Amino acid sequence: MPQVTLTVNGTAHTVEVENRTLLVDLLREKLRLTGTHVGCDTSQCGACVVHVDGESVKACTMLALQAQGSQVTTIEGLAAADGTLHPMQEAFREYHALQCGFCTPGMVMSAIDLVKKHPNGMSEREIREGLEGNLCRCTGYHNIVKAIAAAAEVMQGRRSELARAAE
Amino acid sequence: MNVSLPFEGIGASVRRKEDLRFLSGRGQYVDDIDRPGQTYAHILRSPHAHARLARIDTASARAMPGVRAVFTGADLDAENIGGIPCGWQIHNKDGTPMAEPPHPVLAVEKVRHVGDPVAVVIAETKAQARDAAEAIEVEYEPLPAVATSEAAVAAGAPQVHTGGPGNLCYDWHIGDKAAMDAAFARAAKVVRFETTNNRLVPNAMEPRAAIGEFDTTSGDYTLYTTSQNPHVIRLLMGAFVLHIPEAKLRVVAPDVGGGFGSKIYHYAEEAIVTWASAKVRRPVKWTADRTEAFMSDAHGRDHVSTAELALDADGKILALRVHTLANMGAYLSTFAPCVPTYLYATLLSGTYQIPVIYAEVKAVFTNTVPVDAYRGAGRPEATYLLERLMDVAAAETGLDRVELRRRNLIQPDQFPYQTPVALQYDSGNYQATLDQAIEASGYHGFEQRRAEAKARGKLRGIGVSTYLEACGIAPSAVVGSLGARAGLYEVGTIRVHPTGSVTVLTGAHSHGQGHETTFAQLVADKLGVPLSQVDVVHGDTAKVPFGMGTYGSRSLAVGGSAMMKAMDKIIAKGKRIAAHLMEAAVEDVEFERGTFRVAGTDRTKSLTEVSLAAYVPHNYPIDEIEPGLDETAFYDPKNFTYPGGCHIAEVEIDPDTGHVDVVNFTAVDDVGRVINPMIVEGQVQGGVAQGIGQALLENAVYDAEGQLVSGSFMDYTMPRAGDLPSVGVATHTTLCTHNPLGVKGCGEVGAIGSPPAVINAVVDALRDYGVKHVEMPATPAKIWQIIHGGHRMAAE
Repeated sequence: MPQVTLTVNGTAHTVEVENRTLLVDLLREKLRLTGTHVGCDTSQCGACVVHVDGESVKACTMLALQAQGSQVTTIEGLAAADGTLHPMQEAFREYHALQCGFCTPGMVMSAIDLVKKHPNGMSEREIREGLEGNLCRCTGYHNIVKAIAAAAEVMQGRRSELARAAE
Repeated sequence: MNVSLPFEGIGASVRRKEDLRFLSGRGQYVDDIDRPGQTYAHILRSPHAHARLARIDTASARAMPGVRAVFTGADLDAENIGGIPCGWQIHNKDGTPMAEPPHPVLAVEKVRHVGDPVAVVIAETKAQARDAAEAIEVEYEPLPAVATSEAAVAAGAPQVHTGGPGNLCYDWHIGDKAAMDAAFARAAKVVRFETTNNRLVPNAMEPRAAIGEFDTTSGDYTLYTTSQNPHVIRLLMGAFVLHIPEAKLRVVAPDVGGGFGSKIYHYAEEAIVTWASAKVRRPVKWTADRTEAFMSDAHGRDHVSTAELALDADGKILALRVHTLANMGAYLSTFAPCVPTYLYATLLSGTYQIPVIYAEVKAVFTNTVPVDAYRGAGRPEATYLLERLMDVAAAETGLDRVELRRRNLIQPDQFPYQTPVALQYDSGNYQATLDQAIEASGYHGFEQRRAEAKARGKLRGIGVSTYLEACGIAPSAVVGSLGARAGLYEVGTIRVHPTGSVTVLTGAHSHGQGHETTFAQLVADKLGVPLSQVDVVHGDTAKVPFGMGTYGSRSLAVGGSAMMKAMDKIIAKGKRIAAHLMEAAVEDVEFERGTFRVAGTDRTKSLTEVSLAAYVPHNYPIDEIEPGLDETAFYDPKNFTYPGGCHIAEVEIDPDTGHVDVVNFTAVDDVGRVINPMIVEGQVQGGVAQGIGQALLENAVYDAEGQLVSGSFMDYTMPRAGDLPSVGVATHTTLCTHNPLGVKGCGEVGAIGSPPAVINAVVDALRDYGVKHVEMPATPAKIWQIIHGGHRMAAE
């Protein structure tokens, strides 16, 4: 069986996979990183989004072998070693941007990449359009959009800490 | 003792306790669980809507690498495995029971819908199971199929089941037909409206999954499943399908990624993995892919209805007549029969004084996936019919849409209000929610916005819908008399531990609703225990005594009430212990926010001191009071609860593309007392998103042969962030009068009020085109045809 060597959340792994094994299956089944979810089979829902070499990727749409030599970050690798949440994670909690939590890991990973690609901030419309690849069935996106806008302020240094959501 | 704590009780927008694990990838959904020695199931499903199973040859599949077993319906039959039971029996007009054809776990003799399970392969890996399933040879003899309820009742239609004629499941009615005829005879105006309530696929983001595990030492079974009600699954599957005593069967529903109704029901796959785990003596795991979910999760809605409204000369409603054809799909799902009857026809009075209502409902079988409750379940269908009818009536009588509604609303002083269709509303104020929504939406300034949009070449419209729903399901004796085969009470246990932390055990199940937070707030409020010291446990039959689960916005109204009752018992017992400790009379002991006090004195004992005494009973009236501080209560509601309110949608249509943009959405909801405003707003926003999805985007389409055409996220239009507006949510509270919290429920309201509000707005935007109605979903193609001359075709 072929082998793939990659770094996931800072740890190097060499794993035997089938040619047909998807990156998401490698993460979930071989490395037991089950925070990355599978919500569809047509690359539509975005529950499986991870970062590969800094870019958001639908891990259901990439073969494990294609990740040879890559740096992969999953939802499990976002928080600091001491448990401090990434500003995007913190914003999702503060703004109630998750309900069942299933789309959340992919949504957070996509949102971080979206913010990075818009260094000067985004309008509400731009955030909504930017989430085109991620489905959420619970929230109606209302609070996700707010959370991303708030996290962007912190990630891009316009605020030092997260604005509190209205009570 | 006055402890200063951050306010975490009833009314606080406390951030959710469950979020940390979800946000860091530590949620534990069924597919995240791996059991030692686990095998994988793959289910072979019918590609035909209707066919005779002439031959199934599994020999090649059995010989494939890694295959441990292949089972078909014949194997289950040989062991007398039962069919999937239905939990509700409706009676026909003539008093005879509904048709209830067998629902085998794996198909025998015939398949009846695309996706009907035919065989299961158990193998060492997921891929091996899938590969082997392709090697099963099935000889199908295709039969003519019926895909719609209208086709099912047509003369000479193919029969889905042998037995009753016309594919009829039941022919049911409610109301006074003679009074209805008399009222229509004296009407100044009769308005008629026909519509199809489009079929929807719930599509919780987590696909269903199940793991069966048989303990070869003890003979115990464990089922991990994506369920909204694990105890009900244990009851149905154990007693009726697999004949496993409940003491030998544990059902665990861990983190569940959304349900919206689709995870209430007992599904074949749960029985398959549980049974197969004993056969192969290894755990068996099955996870649906999305394609399987589309053709095996229960769908929602799918009504074809005609409604007629009789009005007097002043626009007062005299009577309502409704005829509905409801699609049950190929088999009866767990609660399917009650959805178009007791969750639909009983809601047809809405927020209005309608002296006479008569409704007839025919439910029919078709060669489609079973249809059951989906967010709102019957109540969105009733609200849509009534609120579209009100707009049609306004158009035909020339009365203003809001004025017509006002003339007919139930008045605040009329509660309790008895409708002619069985329900008695306990409280509400529909004028107030209407007024508040009119104000918040800027309704009176709308014409200016319409003119401004017109100047930009856009068509702008505004739509109003009031709504009423019945939830907090349900008084056991009442639903029993209506055909429910279960009581619908709820169970709550409050366990105060020796040093004062609290575990709440509930039969309700959280799959996005935030129960771990909301329920903890009840304890923080009533017992004065900090939120961080309260843990909510749900979803495991081995831990929680019993429960009926979560659906119909019942968790707080019924489950929360059970907790309140259990906390009353805790306080009563605590007072006796505290009285002993303080050498006072029990009658003199008061309890407030964590402290027992001898009335009028400064003698106090904290809850922690009392709980420690209860578990370490050195100084304790051991002959009079049992040790421990752990109480369970069953709460059976006295009535349904009745949330109500008003939703207003404002849309803008691009005439060049037919695209409808919802530009403003205002929801004013009376959900009773609000425990956590942040969570309530989130529930409403999510419900509105699903309602807008139904109105504009979503449609489960079968072709005439019964193939599901919209069977993936490529074809079935799920609402995306760019399709939806920000949703303004406000509440106006009247308290429920019959439960201890005064709560009504908020999980479904968003999906109930929004579809008619949106379609009323779309029709308003198109008023210059002479359009009376646009069927859901109001897609760009339909709208474009209306605008560009094909409106007769599109509107019909």
